[in-house]
Amino acid sequence: MENNIQPTDIYALALHHRFQWEEAQSSYVILFPEGMVKLHGGAGEVIKRLDGKLSVADVVTDLKATFPDAQNIENDILGMFDLAVGKAWLRKVN
Amino acid sequence: MTQASLGDSLVQKEVHAQQQNNGVAANITHTQPLWLLAEVTYRCPLHCAFCYNPTDYDKHTQNELTTEQWIQALRDARKLGAIQLGISGGEPLLRDDIEDIVIEAKKLGYYSNLITSGVGLTEKRIQAFKEGGLDHIQLSMHDITEEINNFITNTKTFELKKKVAAMIKNHGYPMVLNVVIHRYNIGHIKEILEMAEALGADYVELANTQYYGWSLVNRSQLMPLKEQIDEAERITNEFRQKVGNKMKIFFVVPDYFGNRPKKCMNGWGEVFMIVTANGDVLPCHSARVLPNIEFPNVREKGLEWAWKDSPAFNKYRGDDWMKEPCRSCSEKENDLGGCRCQAFLLSGDAESADPVCSKSPNHHLIEQAIEESKNPQIQAQPIIFRTDKNSKKYASGESTERIDSFHAIP
Repeated sequence: MENNIQPTDIYALALHHRFQWEEAQSSYVILFPEGMVKLHGGAGEVIKRLDGKLSVADVVTDLKATFPDAQNIENDILGMFDLAVGKAWLRKVN
Repeated sequence: MTQASLGDSLVQKEVHAQQQNNGVAANITHTQPLWLLAEVTYRCPLHCAFCYNPTDYDKHTQNELTTEQWIQALRDARKLGAIQLGISGGEPLLRDDIEDIVIEAKKLGYYSNLITSGVGLTEKRIQAFKEGGLDHIQLSMHDITEEINNFITNTKTFELKKKVAAMIKNHGYPMVLNVVIHRYNIGHIKEILEMAEALGADYVELANTQYYGWSLVNRSQLMPLKEQIDEAERITNEFRQKVGNKMKIFFVVPDYFGNRPKKCMNGWGEVFMIVTANGDVLPCHSARVLPNIEFPNVREKGLEWAWKDSPAFNKYRGDDWMKEPCRSCSEKENDLGGCRCQAFLLSGDAESADPVCSKSPNHHLIEQAIEESKNPQIQAQPIIFRTDKNSKKYASGESTERIDSFHAIP
């Protein structure tokens, strides 16, 4: 973890970035000037929950509840936050 | 019109950058035109010496698509999976229906980008773009000095560009600057980056001139020295360290000084589709220079046919068309043999290896061009600016000045 993600942190999509479902790709994508990132299912589920109010811990709790059969997803979720913050797809709001 | 997406595109860079990422897959399908570039007009108030538009563009200024035809093209491309839309030219703002195109793009779910010189951008229009849902505006900048800006564009637009940059920022748009780099501004890279930072730029593309269209005609006048490019890259890396994530800087490496060609357009008919002012559908900006290919036009068959079935889009897909040394080259998947247009323009053989490649039997043509660009006598020839008058001369065949050694009108 390079970006020191804390459970109490609250993130939202960075300015000028757009998150949407792409039917043609059958996946969520993040769009920004000159680029696009295609997110696989798990990553899409994380970003989808970022409303500028839920904390990292809230997102983890919610995802665990939504996907009770998934094993050890907390590390994956934190990894996704770390990556997305590193890539500047997210901004911290608190 | 700048060279934003020529060859080493940003979409492609971002996509590739994601491939090793934890939690993110970038297996973009290779059969969708993710990027649609709408070159809505070739008319332009600027006369840039490095413009990559075709030198005979004048013949396509009278038969532009209508608003309805553009809207239909947007709808059809979206169905094929297009998502990034560039509205470009020429200067797109010379059309008065960009507002309508923007509204339709938003409705369809595109991430839309107006690629402009800034000439013709007024408070009223930018307000309408914002309300219509335009996502960002890419502004071309040329130099920190009024002299070079006005010289290379052959216009007095320096003050205007600064005003427009402020207008873009004031309307809450990301500041995306494109700077084409050539002999006249390469010594100012640090100052250009400082200017971008002062303007609050979020993205800066330093696009080293690639030689197509007008820039090919002016190649000996525009090409910097290898040492200058290395120094510019060093300064750029230093600046990147300093500003970090707050300003993303892309340095598009010039292919003439590499040993291997660029993977042009990320592959022919792989992710890019261009619809030109007159409705021609192309896999790359300069494809019309290639011989024995009939490009589809939106007025005839739809975009779906153009992308999936037209002989033109299938001609150089994959690597079946390759000759030696590409065919048996262990690196062929890295660059797909480079740029077909460059191969044909310089060597007369569209299926040959891009002469930029050091393994190409035609590599001497690149070495020769680099040598010529250092020759004081050749350097001293005046720039041929992108003007309607000069374009008419090339289109009619009245002039072949500085293009007779190429195998097509650039």
